Amino acid sequence: MSDTSTAAPPKPSPVVTPDMAPFWAAARRHELVVQRCTACGSLRFPARELCRQCLGREAVWQPVSGRGKVFSFVVMHRANHPAFAAEVPYTVALVELEEGVRLAAQLTDIPPQKVTIGMPVEVWWDPVAAEVVVPRFRPRQP
Amino acid sequence: MAVHPLRGAAAIVGLGITPQGKVYGSSPLGFAVDAVRLALADAGLRREDLDGLLVNPGLAWSDQTMASFAVQQAMGLRDLRLSAAMNLGGATAGAMVMHAVQAIAAGLCTTVACVFSDAPLKPPEPGGARSSSGAAYAFARGFDATQGFFGVNAMYALIARRHMHRYGTTGEQLGAIAVAQRRWANLNPLAQMRNTPLTLREYLDSRWVVEPFHVLDCCLVSNGGLAVIVTSADRARGSRRPPVYVLGIGQGHPGGDPIDTLSSGAALAGRTAFAMAGIDLRDLDVLELYDCYTFTVLVTLEDYGFCRKGEGGPFAAEHHTGPGGRLALNTGGGQLSSFYMWGMTPLSEAVIQLRGDGGARQVARHDVALVSGNGGVLSTHATLVLSRHPA
Repeated sequence: MSDTSTAAPPKPSPVVTPDMAPFWAAARRHELVVQRCTACGSLRFPARELCRQCLGREAVWQPVSGRGKVFSFVVMHRANHPAFAAEVPYTVALVELEEGVRLAAQLTDIPPQKVTIGMPVEVWWDPVAAEVVVPRFRPRQP
Repeated sequence: MAVHPLRGAAAIVGLGITPQGKVYGSSPLGFAVDAVRLALADAGLRREDLDGLLVNPGLAWSDQTMASFAVQQAMGLRDLRLSAAMNLGGATAGAMVMHAVQAIAAGLCTTVACVFSDAPLKPPEPGGARSSSGAAYAFARGFDATQGFFGVNAMYALIARRHMHRYGTTGEQLGAIAVAQRRWANLNPLAQMRNTPLTLREYLDSRWVVEPFHVLDCCLVSNGGLAVIVTSADRARGSRRPPVYVLGIGQGHPGGDPIDTLSSGAALAGRTAFAMAGIDLRDLDVLELYDCYTFTVLVTLEDYGFCRKGEGGPFAAEHHTGPGGRLALNTGGGQLSSFYMWGMTPLSEAVIQLRGDGGARQVARHDVALVSGNGGVLSTHATLVLSRHPA
């Protein structure tokens, strides 16, 4: 049996839809960006066609701090994708960024049983494949 | 106060439940036809008596558009005056009954079949591979997939964790719901878990799926179909089986993000339905609350006002909701322990109880039942108030 058949399959690369392409391009530069409605200024993630506040269509991608707090979290004990099988159990946190936007992302560098709601976290960048970099979060000193 | 014109205008006169669970060899369309056929037989009606058809297609229908037309053609129904495929997730069953009642009361049609079916489970593969796959329920796309954040289980679990943080809700309290429902299922010959007892210790020791959810916090996955026949109260009087009258109906879809409110649409839907029925919580004998997760039951109890927001955990644990307890809740075992037919599971058990067909699990007082349906991660909701007595 060859190595390639026993190695864990690659992690899912993002399906780069046109609306999310600027996010993934920024990720390659290690820059976390979210959409800002040009009409009313409200922030949103992931990309949406319309602003929920004012129904405006125009938006720009704006860098954010990458710092936030755990708003809630779960511990995934079953790998619904084979690429994550070796990592279970792992933590996915709903992170509320300082700018107020929330995103669900893997929280690393801490055992699941030590994670608490409200703990400060910061983004780091995980190169999962050539030309593919995804954000993760880890604990941060307050 | 004037009586609402829809109060008691229509009744459920037929119930059809196909075999449930790991049942193979039928498409979702085939299960839907079987369920409608069984419901017609139960009602003592013929196909020709139907002039309305509402269909809630489950996940395995994804390749089918115009599901109600597909069912009509598959079973040779002629001259329908009402037809629609509907999808509000778990709230669809209640919403189908609501539309049927409205159309009947308005004189647009007389007799409507409402049906759900699905076939997400695949037969065992040769060589002993795992027989069942819930993969259809693990929605992973785009950004979430890169984070290993998969599925509806995880989305509900995020909200449950927040509820635990804010209100002190515990795993033991969620477990009390799972154990009580399993005790009901052990009395239900239709339940997939009828022969499998469950203790709180076993619940707590069961494997995690997405913490804070054990596998026993999550509903089953089932193949099968389930249908009810709705007709006018006038026509229902001569029916073969005891009619189940629809006294109150309501929907509630709050919008926004439920992780901020830690609430479902039950408060809004319930207000409408209770006002129409002219009842309050004390009038309810049987509660059939949507239970995709133990946590959903806890939140729904809060939102209907059985206890205050945040107190669902202690309330469920202290009210002994199993057989012989203080609150007859999910008396067939629910979707956690009987079968997963979305909103049709609680609706069907309410019909069984109100008719007095519950056998070993029959609730002594069974005049009025509350049925809830919930979908879209605490985002869609439908409420029915049903009674064995006409308005």
